[in-house]
Amino acid sequence: MDLSAINPILFVAGFLVAATPLIFAATGELVVEKSGVLNLGVEGMMIIGAICGFAGAVETGSPLLGFAAAALGGALLSLLFAFLTQVTLANQVASGLALTLFGLGLSSLLGQPYVGVTPPRLPDVDLGLLADIPVVGPILFTHDIILYLGLVLVAAVWAVLKFTRAGLILRAVGESHDAAHALGYPVKRIRTLAIVFGGACAGIGGAYISLIRVPQWTEGMTAGIGWIALALVVFASWKPWRLLLGAYLFGGIDQLQLNLQGAGVAIPVEYLDMSPYVTTIVVLVILSRDKSAAPASLGRIFHASS
Amino acid sequence: MIRLEKRPQPSRAVSLATPLLAVLATMVFGGLMFAVMGKDPVTSIITIFWQPLFGEFAFYYRPQLLIKGAPLVLIAIGLSLGFKAGIWNIGAEGQYIMGALFGAGVGLALYPLDSFIVFPLMVLAGAFGGWIWAMIPALLKVRFGTNEILVSLMLVYVAESLLASMSLGLLKNPEGFGFPGSRNLQQYESAFNADLIEGTGMHWGVVAALIAVILAYVLMTKHRLGFAIRVTGEAPRAARFSGVNPARLVLFCLGTSGLLAGLAGLFEVAGPAGQVTIDFNVGYGFTAIIVAFLGRLHPIGILLAGGLMALTYIGGDIAQSQLGLPAAAIQVFQGMLLFFLLALDVLTNYRLRLGKPEVA
Repeated sequence: MDLSAINPILFVAGFLVAATPLIFAATGELVVEKSGVLNLGVEGMMIIGAICGFAGAVETGSPLLGFAAAALGGALLSLLFAFLTQVTLANQVASGLALTLFGLGLSSLLGQPYVGVTPPRLPDVDLGLLADIPVVGPILFTHDIILYLGLVLVAAVWAVLKFTRAGLILRAVGESHDAAHALGYPVKRIRTLAIVFGGACAGIGGAYISLIRVPQWTEGMTAGIGWIALALVVFASWKPWRLLLGAYLFGGIDQLQLNLQGAGVAIPVEYLDMSPYVTTIVVLVILSRDKSAAPASLGRIFHASS
Repeated sequence: MIRLEKRPQPSRAVSLATPLLAVLATMVFGGLMFAVMGKDPVTSIITIFWQPLFGEFAFYYRPQLLIKGAPLVLIAIGLSLGFKAGIWNIGAEGQYIMGALFGAGVGLALYPLDSFIVFPLMVLAGAFGGWIWAMIPALLKVRFGTNEILVSLMLVYVAESLLASMSLGLLKNPEGFGFPGSRNLQQYESAFNADLIEGTGMHWGVVAALIAVILAYVLMTKHRLGFAIRVTGEAPRAARFSGVNPARLVLFCLGTSGLLAGLAGLFEVAGPAGQVTIDFNVGYGFTAIIVAFLGRLHPIGILLAGGLMALTYIGGDIAQSQLGLPAAAIQVFQGMLLFFLLALDVLTNYRLRLGKPEVA
């Protein structure tokens, strides 16, 4: 084992990359849950985003168009969930599971022509002199535009939820759909919009894995990151900034175990592989006592006549 | 404009009809999907649903129906208990793997002991493996209020890593020339889960599935515990007032479903699969979720739904070899089925009304 093989600067820069898919998917899901809907289909939407983004980038030659395709793919899939839960009033847990099972199947069907293909690379943003600052420069200022967009997204969601009327309405719908309905807000439309937003974010998160983190397509490559994103929302007690912190924690652990694998630590690879999942369980246990932060209508079905 | 109007009573007739409607809708839309992929939709559907049962080589495929259907039914029966009570074990795949590892582990440890006791011990170990794996989310939920959906699912990935580790390490066949995977239990008579009647596909897993169906039926209709499960699902507050202990219910539902999933894993690894390999599990734990819903969380329904889902697996295999239909297409097909089922379910509790909403 040779721990000196782990370069601390590359390690930190790497875990910012590892955290980005989680940031996108979890922030999207946070908005969905704030509106009172529990969408367990994050994993399915991410994997669809991963293949749509990959295919889009390969076919057009533009990674950015790939990300747009991923957002669209995730949003379209989430519309199915919106239809099931908002129009046909299906159980949200079951519908979310259906979305994941369907998404995993569909993505491997769509992905068949793309196995072994290398996607076009998204260039790093040119931040000029900032990148030349020792230590801080390579860690913070040598990434692609999507990574920075993830940070902007967290800030924007935080600001919208906290300071705007739209955010207030969204939270009202999530806390008490009956009261929001009585005040004349279109509960279902607001929730559908939130679901589609969540789908688009999960899609981008998935594409970040297939286009930047791993740069290739393999079946089921999201490997539970969608579920970790769901856990992350609980971890963050539905607060955007805590979500960012959590994403870095998980990204850090994931990156650390990969680095340890690379350094040839005496722990078998399979046990390192399971560390992000075990960590998630441990974190869930520590944080599950306080449920007061959860939106009050989370997971409940709304029908105006009932 | 179409509105939904709540029925005074959920309609039993519609509740029975929706799975059939969902299957039909899936056939139509699945056919469309196959057409888009450049396959003849009618031939594809016939290949999937007719060939395994009544085609030229049906004698070969019919036993497969039992082999594929048994684990699905066994797991789905367990899941349905929890689902009815609002306890969501979606980590059956992990419990299935752990059942197989524990069961096969005992069998391999006793190799080459020739005794009638080997297989029963493996069955016990398999059940225990699944049970203990399900107890982790159950105890965490009871003790800390942790979400069982996320924990049971995370444990699937942990179990998959353990499976990889075991088939590359501890359980690896010492005479396997370095290839990953354990000894083949099919070649170890005392441990082999053989057909009870030669060539029928009728192995102990099928027997266990049928027993599970009967026991679940009795439990849900005749026993106090079944009543507690139903009440908890429909009205959790009322359940608490009527003296249902929610913690005990969580332990029971998760434990039972883990135990059954573990059994399914053992019967599979000791029979049709034969050995512990990195990918011997083929997603039965996840497909069983569809089976449970398709069967309306009712034991008899699950039996039928398990048969149907087994049919799509086998028909899918045939379509793959004869028509070049990708394996993933069948997975999409099964996912579609769940979508249609969930969407059509609304008709059980609501009536569709045409026209403008009345002004209240």
